[in-house]
Amino acid sequence: MRIPILKLHDYLLISVQVELDDQTALQFQEDVLEKIHEEGSRGVVIDLTSVDMIDSFIAKVLGDVVDMSNLMGAKVVLTGIQPAVAITLIDMGIVLDEVPTALDLEQGLERLQLELEG
Amino acid sequence: MQVQTHVDINSEWGIVAARQAGRKLAREVGFGSVDQARITTAISELARNIYLYADQGQIKIEEVAEGGKRGMKIIASDQGPGIKDLRRVMEDGFTTSGGLGAGLPGVKRLMDDFAIESELNQGTVITAVKWLR
Repeated sequence: MRIPILKLHDYLLISVQVELDDQTALQFQEDVLEKIHEEGSRGVVIDLTSVDMIDSFIAKVLGDVVDMSNLMGAKVVLTGIQPAVAITLIDMGIVLDEVPTALDLEQGLERLQLELEG
Repeated sequence: MQVQTHVDINSEWGIVAARQAGRKLAREVGFGSVDQARITTAISELARNIYLYADQGQIKIEEVAEGGKRGMKIIASDQGPGIKDLRRVMEDGFTTSGGLGAGLPGVKRLMDDFAIESELNQGTVITAVKWLR
């Protein structure tokens, strides 16, 4: 299964709407990096509004995709993390350190603009 | 009658199937959305451990009742290599697979009761219970 990646000017927009199995998560990681490279994107918003569970593996994949994109010169913002998911991650002791987040897609885009202009 | 479900874990799809079955039962037992997420995440970690370290095994989930309390029990069992150092696997950040090392200590914190039995070259059984509040 592939997660669709949309291009909007200098940005990539991704809304994760499928149950993330390991293979889909890893494929997603690769696809985002390829797309950044292909489009010369400066920023990426990954919206997690529909994701109802993030375990340690998916957290690692998401954290890694942020770091990898940073290496390539693109900023990533994670948006829409559900309350139950935030609680579970902290319960587990998983801290997504230095990962920029925002409440929703709109604020995620604003945050990207600030980071890239500032 | 109490509900019981088994999911065989022998591929990555087993991990997804186990957590879907877990969320469904957690909802039926009456857990709220936060506890549903906790239970589903705990099942995902346990199922992944089976797949990663033992290749195959089984996740059994069931409704439990005890002394007026109701809840949900997860039993993750495999006939894999067993866990060499039980104390270390419960330390945050300890990993032999390049993961975050949050798995088992995380499961323990997500659930209310937690027990591991493991014998080298025999396998591992992990039991975890979440009680309805």
